[in-house]
Amino acid sequence: MTGKEYVCVMRLHSDVPEDKVTKVLDEFQGPLYQRPPVRSSVKRQLRTRTIYYNDFIEMDERNVLFKVGCEAGTYIRKLCYDIGEVLGSGAHMQELRRTRVGPFTEDESLVTLHDISYLFSQWQETKDESLLRKFIYPMEKALELMPKIHVRDSAVDALCHGAHLTAPGVLSLDSGIKIGDAVAVFTQKGEAITLSEATVSSEKMLKMDHGFVAKTQRVLMPRGMYPKMWRSTQQ
Amino acid sequence: MRRINEPWNIKRSLVVKAEEETDMRFGHRPEERPIKEHMRFGIINLDKPAGPSSHEVTAWLKRILSLESAGHGGTLEA
Repeated sequence: MTGKEYVCVMRLHSDVPEDKVTKVLDEFQGPLYQRPPVRSSVKRQLRTRTIYYNDFIEMDERNVLFKVGCEAGTYIRKLCYDIGEVLGSGAHMQELRRTRVGPFTEDESLVTLHDISYLFSQWQETKDESLLRKFIYPMEKALELMPKIHVRDSAVDALCHGAHLTAPGVLSLDSGIKIGDAVAVFTQKGEAITLSEATVSSEKMLKMDHGFVAKTQRVLMPRGMYPKMWRSTQQ
Repeated sequence: MRRINEPWNIKRSLVVKAEEETDMRFGHRPEERPIKEHMRFGIINLDKPAGPSSHEVTAWLKRILSLESAGHGGTLEA
């Protein structure tokens, strides 16, 4: 679950001076309680979500434009409603655009459907693969922000078959991994193999010479890309 | 309260436990994947128009790019 950023138009239900709006937006930074709205896809129980920042952009009468960076699972509709309650005016979310999901932002990688259909038809004409690579990124891009573990070639196929990662397979890792952290396991070439849950910390992983270090949760790489280096117990 | 550690600004550092050469006969660096594989395991950062649902847009893309399967990273649930 990754962090998000949105640009939001909040509509106030009565006139409020700008300095009061910016002050309350500031107060709504940090961890806060949220009960998911009536129409939501999750269980409606009180939970905490962290707002990393609320950046006021501009205000036009009762419309407030601001940027919000927040934890996955934060309801912006609810945030606007709650801000309205604190302002005393009441408010609702008028418009919303997501501007970040984890490593994906509104940068040069962002393409429209028009861009895609144009680049794709150009590729069909010219067969120039770089046209496709302009807008299709390797899946590894999605894992950019996760802590990583790199493993030996000999460990790859076992992981592809769902095996858990053991200490001898580990070549390098990010520092600061704690027990229970979600990690991404990579080949030395930088290919994603699995999403796993660390069962030991980085420090311990560095010192271990045998035993499990991460439980495999999702296999991303197809089997057979790397040679099978493990032996079955029944042979 | 002001600006707390956004998860996308966390800096990590890689530590080496052991060294080994990788065999170039197997696998590919992600940016050098053969185009067919690249498309099968690729990701698009799409500027979705307001209106059509994520599900609909995914279906269009699947058709435009003649893909076997396609999915999306989640709907915008306000």
